[in-house]
Amino acid sequence: MSALENAASGGDFLSAGARHWVRFALRRTGQLLVSLWVLITAAFAMIHLIPGDPVRSSLGLTASQELVETTRQNLGLNDPLPLQYWHFLQGLVTGDLGMSITSRLPVAEIVATRFAATAQLALSAFALSVVVAVPIGVAVAVRTRQGRGRVLDLGFAGTSVVLGSIPDFLIGVILVWIFSVSLHLLPVGGRTGLSSYILPVLSLAVGPAAILSRIVRVEMLSVLEADYVRTARAKRLSATRIHLGHALPNAVTASLTLGGLMLSGMVAATVLVETVFAWPGLGSTIVQAILVKDYPLVQGVVLVYGCGVLLVNTLVDVAMTILDPRSAVIR
Amino acid sequence: MDSLKRVLRTPLGVGALSMLGLVFLLAIFAPLLWGEAASETDTAHLLAPPSAEHWVGTDSLGRDLWLRTLVATRLTVLLALGATALGVLLGILLGSAPALLGRRIGRFVTAAVNILVAFPGLLLCLFFAVIFGVGEVGAVFAIGLAGAPTFARLCHTLVAGVQERDFVTASRIAGRSRAYVLFKHILPNIAEPLVVQATIGAGSCLLTFSGLSFLGLGVQSPAFDWGRLMNEGLNRIYLNPLAALAPGLLVITAGLAFNLTGEAIARAFNVETSGSWVTATAAARTAARKVPAAFSAANTVPREVLRVTDLQVGFPGSNPVRGVSFDLRPGEALGIVGESGAGKSLTGLAIAQLIEPPGQVDGEITFLGMPLRPDGGEDQRKLLGTSMALIFQDPMSSFNPARRIGEQLAEISRVHQGMNRRAAWERAVDRLRAVRISDPQRRAGQHPFEFSGGMRQRAMIGMGLMAAPKLLIADEPTTSLDVTVQQQVLDLIDSVREEEQVALILISHDLTLVAERCERILVMYAGRVVEDIPASALAVAQHPYTRLLLAAVPTLATDLDSPLAVIPGSQPDPSTQFSGCAFAPRCPLADDICRTREPLLRNAIPPIDDTRKKPGLGITLKTSRMRLELNLGGKPGSPVHTGQVACWHKGEPLPAPTLIDDDLPDETLAGVGR
Ligand code: SF4
Repeated sequence: MSALENAASGGDFLSAGARHWVRFALRRTGQLLVSLWVLITAAFAMIHLIPGDPVRSSLGLTASQELVETTRQNLGLNDPLPLQYWHFLQGLVTGDLGMSITSRLPVAEIVATRFAATAQLALSAFALSVVVAVPIGVAVAVRTRQGRGRVLDLGFAGTSVVLGSIPDFLIGVILVWIFSVSLHLLPVGGRTGLSSYILPVLSLAVGPAAILSRIVRVEMLSVLEADYVRTARAKRLSATRIHLGHALPNAVTASLTLGGLMLSGMVAATVLVETVFAWPGLGSTIVQAILVKDYPLVQGVVLVYGCGVLLVNTLVDVAMTILDPRSAVIR
Repeated sequence: MDSLKRVLRTPLGVGALSMLGLVFLLAIFAPLLWGEAASETDTAHLLAPPSAEHWVGTDSLGRDLWLRTLVATRLTVLLALGATALGVLLGILLGSAPALLGRRIGRFVTAAVNILVAFPGLLLCLFFAVIFGVGEVGAVFAIGLAGAPTFARLCHTLVAGVQERDFVTASRIAGRSRAYVLFKHILPNIAEPLVVQATIGAGSCLLTFSGLSFLGLGVQSPAFDWGRLMNEGLNRIYLNPLAALAPGLLVITAGLAFNLTGEAIARAFNVETSGSWVTATAAARTAARKVPAAFSAANTVPREVLRVTDLQVGFPGSNPVRGVSFDLRPGEALGIVGESGAGKSLTGLAIAQLIEPPGQVDGEITFLGMPLRPDGGEDQRKLLGTSMALIFQDPMSSFNPARRIGEQLAEISRVHQGMNRRAAWERAVDRLRAVRISDPQRRAGQHPFEFSGGMRQRAMIGMGLMAAPKLLIADEPTTSLDVTVQQQVLDLIDSVREEEQVALILISHDLTLVAERCERILVMYAGRVVEDIPASALAVAQHPYTRLLLAAVPTLATDLDSPLAVIPGSQPDPSTQFSGCAFAPRCPLADDICRTREPLLRNAIPPIDDTRKKPGLGITLKTSRMRLELNLGGKPGSPVHTGQVACWHKGEPLPAPTLIDDDLPDETLAGVGR
């Protein structure tokens, strides 16, 4: 075998699917760019879609006409639309998201200081729900196969439906009531040390974990009936190896799409949970900004949230393609 | 009304609908009954904690919070329904755009919807809330618009599913307008899933609305819904937790009511109840099971690879395999034939110890001297993992789609032979080469989807050869392959068998195929072996079923235009109890004995000794049939049946074949051959 052939075939496992990868990367990048453009344009358009004069409604009826005019001027709202759009894009590239109307601080600065608090919440809640839900889903699937374990099946179904139906901010309120008000174990709100993370993370994680474990169970059940699992059994692998090595990756691939939705949903859910716990993150920022009509700030936070979601979705797709190379070809 | 009844038939449906009914009753009557009391201020009890008078306490104006919570039901539900209606309407419009406006615009709409769906609903909600402004009307629009993309996507999928159906195509060809087709044919056909989704959607709208109001972005004072009440209650959670929890509890209840109702409707219309085997009593199957015949194995080195004695496979309520026994010598090829449902595949799975509960296997299976048990330990696992190889019907699905072929082969050597990753990989590549896969280095690194069906089946055989197999069980290994590829795969199995001295059990519905490749054939019918015959003796098969199968095989002389010969009727269902011969209903020779007593496997009628010209039988047979038996032996050198037959009238000639009946519905025909 020549060296060239060797390089093309041996050793390098990736070479087989390399072409699929390139095609996948191109298509996915295209998709991402389009979505990003839609997001940016929507954020830009938001201010112009508000009926009436956004600056007037932001500063209130008592503000002088002069102040309104200068603010309009400062925000560039008097320029023709295409020029405004151009400036907006320019600003984005240079990291300039405009000025907050109320605090008169650069939006980029506010967002930067608040971003970490929100990202920490969302990511730890996601990690927690996956770590809890996947083993539960797998275990319940294995125990309830082919009509076994009826009691477990019913109990699991009931619990997960109820837990999955409670909105996260309500879980937050209930948790506060139990652990802060009644038991005095954990702080009621704020971001003050590790113990203050427990309740917000829990309230974000419970619902998604319940839903995810149901999905994992269903996927696992169908995968366990697949021919290749029979093949794995015919290979006399141990139960652990069959369930974790052969069935789980396929079940998880199918659950991953949902996992992605879940994570981006969690990013959004921080808005509510942060309000419950007075958490100094992007969520409470955007709610305040909407209430006081600080539109540039709203715009900035919407952009950051949107980018976060797009990033999560892209990562999920990439992960899925690594786990299941077929998806790169099929989609 | 009919559909309502269907939903109400399940406990889930009853529970969900009564919950939902309660919510609606509250929404209608609470403001009428307590509307005034709820806005009555009680200056003596400002911000009071719960008491007998005020169950949940009072707010800053001394108004009773429990009554306010009840009264708030109407606004909460109304707003949620409004937002749902908006979302559903928009969703249907967007989702059916491709059907309504044609491909080009449709594709654009679909792409836009796909982009929007990627953003979480709550985020879209906030976006629209900014545009429409804070307040209940703004929130209805925001939530409705935010929910539209998800609904549009669902609707689009559903529409696409119906669009290619015959009646839709027919209507379109008939020149109906797109709108007509959409409203007349498509939407009514997807109504049920849409209703389900709308119901569940109403639940999430309610939750989202409560969330917005809770944030202060929804309902504004002096109006109040549950979210608003929670918003006001949260600040006082230390003083009066119930002020926030009571409306919260109602939010949960109402949300759950909508969700569960959706679920119940879904179940009532889509999901069939799973098989009755779950509830079937175990008693039925234990009664039908026999005590396995004692197997007195002299503890010597076995000459046979496999010994199966009185193998039975039972599931609750049925016994698809009812006593199968045979031995298999090293390198011997045994075919098992029969129609589907004869129990041949289950026999294979049972030998391989792959029947799972609730299925149960009885009888003795001794493989390479080791008695196999369903809960066999580590030794058994190792033995089976290295010495018994299996090939299944569908190579497309028998490999794990997520892992490389090479890895899947290598796993055997790593797990059972303790090889390291590298050595196992080398072995896998070598085995792929052994099953004639070209460029095995590269192929080993590929995933199953990059292999063709024939290649996968060869790789599957290669997987069986990773260790040192002594027995290969191939269950319809070529049924799903192209005819040309079939021969290649079978040739490969043959050569493997020769080179490695592997015994083979070839399971197939195809008598010719089995006869070509095997030395011995077990003909199975309704869970029993009815004839055990050397392949060379098929011409003198003695069981009526075998002979009908043979008659049904098309030969070169068969007119290709004439319909395939079939045996009318079908096998008895394995769950039915019957006495006598299972084949009797379809057997041209059946008489009263056949119908009352089940024939057991006995030696075939000895061949006629040609040199002495004397029949070696006769006494046991009825004289009227004797003459016919005499013709059976044939000329010297003709095939000799040294096997066993289970038939009261074995070897007796059949009347002119009862064949060819086009009018029988397909499932009653037992087609044989290709
Ligand atoms: S026992 Fe009777 S019914 Fe059964 S196959 Fe023989 S002849 Fe036919």
